[in-house]
Amino acid sequence: METNKLGILFSGGKDSAYAAWLVRKEGYEIGCLISIVSENKESYMFHTPFIDKVNLQAKEMGIPLIIVKTKGEKEHELIDLEKAIKLAIKKYKIRGVVTGAIESVYQATRVQKICNQLKIECFNPLWQKNAIEHWEDLIKNKFKVILVSVAADGLNKEWTQKEINSQRLDELIKLSKKYKFHLAFEGGEAETFVVNSPLFNKEVKL
Amino acid sequence: MILVINICKERLHYFEFVKPICDILDKNNTKYFVKSYKEVRETELDKCDKVIICGTSLFDNEFIKNIDKFKWILNLNKPVLGICGGMQIIGLIFGGKIRKMTEIGFYFEYFNKEFLGLFEKCEVYHLHNNYIDFNKLDFDVFCGNEFSQAVKHKEKSIYGVLFHPEVRQKELFLNFLLK
Repeated sequence: METNKLGILFSGGKDSAYAAWLVRKEGYEIGCLISIVSENKESYMFHTPFIDKVNLQAKEMGIPLIIVKTKGEKEHELIDLEKAIKLAIKKYKIRGVVTGAIESVYQATRVQKICNQLKIECFNPLWQKNAIEHWEDLIKNKFKVILVSVAADGLNKEWTQKEINSQRLDELIKLSKKYKFHLAFEGGEAETFVVNSPLFNKEVKL
Repeated sequence: MILVINICKERLHYFEFVKPICDILDKNNTKYFVKSYKEVRETELDKCDKVIICGTSLFDNEFIKNIDKFKWILNLNKPVLGICGGMQIIGLIFGGKIRKMTEIGFYFEYFNKEFLGLFEKCEVYHLHNNYIDFNKLDFDVFCGNEFSQAVKHKEKSIYGVLFHPEVRQKELFLNFLLK
């Protein structure tokens, strides 16, 4: 019998956390979170600084977590991703994978190809979403998002560990216009971590 | 008023295949309403000036089994734009057959004649396992020949694109709105 379970490609950041919430909100079941831990800091697909903290988030959500390590070498990391998805299909009977991709055709295309090969659905519910709308949705729906690293002109270290609330969002919007960085950080301008969301039992303490 | 038709069975696909098109219409201050293909009746068709049939994912193809729900396309004298799955629907309604070909990601395509603002070499985003050869149908093929990528009915304002202009070549929608 076909299940309604989906696996979330989960980095711990705002996009995959919001995608997970949408999955539940739209009536699907979250079978598991799938996190790829890359040893390569330059990985286009997977590198995020707080990936080792996703177990804390998974625990607060009460959702099983599959973690697969990869050396993060280009294209070889896709084999590791495929392995992780296959494991999720076998262990948690997922029938589709969900990503938090917004504009990255590089990432979305590669996940689409793997899912197509495995004959499972691929969902990208944030695809092409306006960055301001996305931030406003996060704040409105009580996601507590902090920046954990910054790598863009206009964003200094004072931004790290701070929650993005409405006031800070206004400031971020101004800076993104002035310094011309992508407000959703699609170019790696900053990395985020979700310490609380409507799916969490309580806030994650770092 | 634009009727935006959602052909996805999966609720979650709305955000990926319908909402980005609604966002483009919103940005252009164009009024629209969204309906599932199963809910399209004469009332909806009377109410709109143009129709956009959105695409869907690689496996969300329930609409093929329900192709009779789209018979209204044959008699509608209003501009219609079908995207990916929407283009396949147009092809099926006019007698075409589904064929297999997978393309995922950015590709350069060559438009031999101007098509809704696209001409010569253009980058497009593909996400499909199926296509329809429109050459034997009553359509002009502007791009792709056998693997028809952009088509227009010879007499009616019915357009189809196999690629997803909501990802790359968004201005195609604005040119369609002028039709």
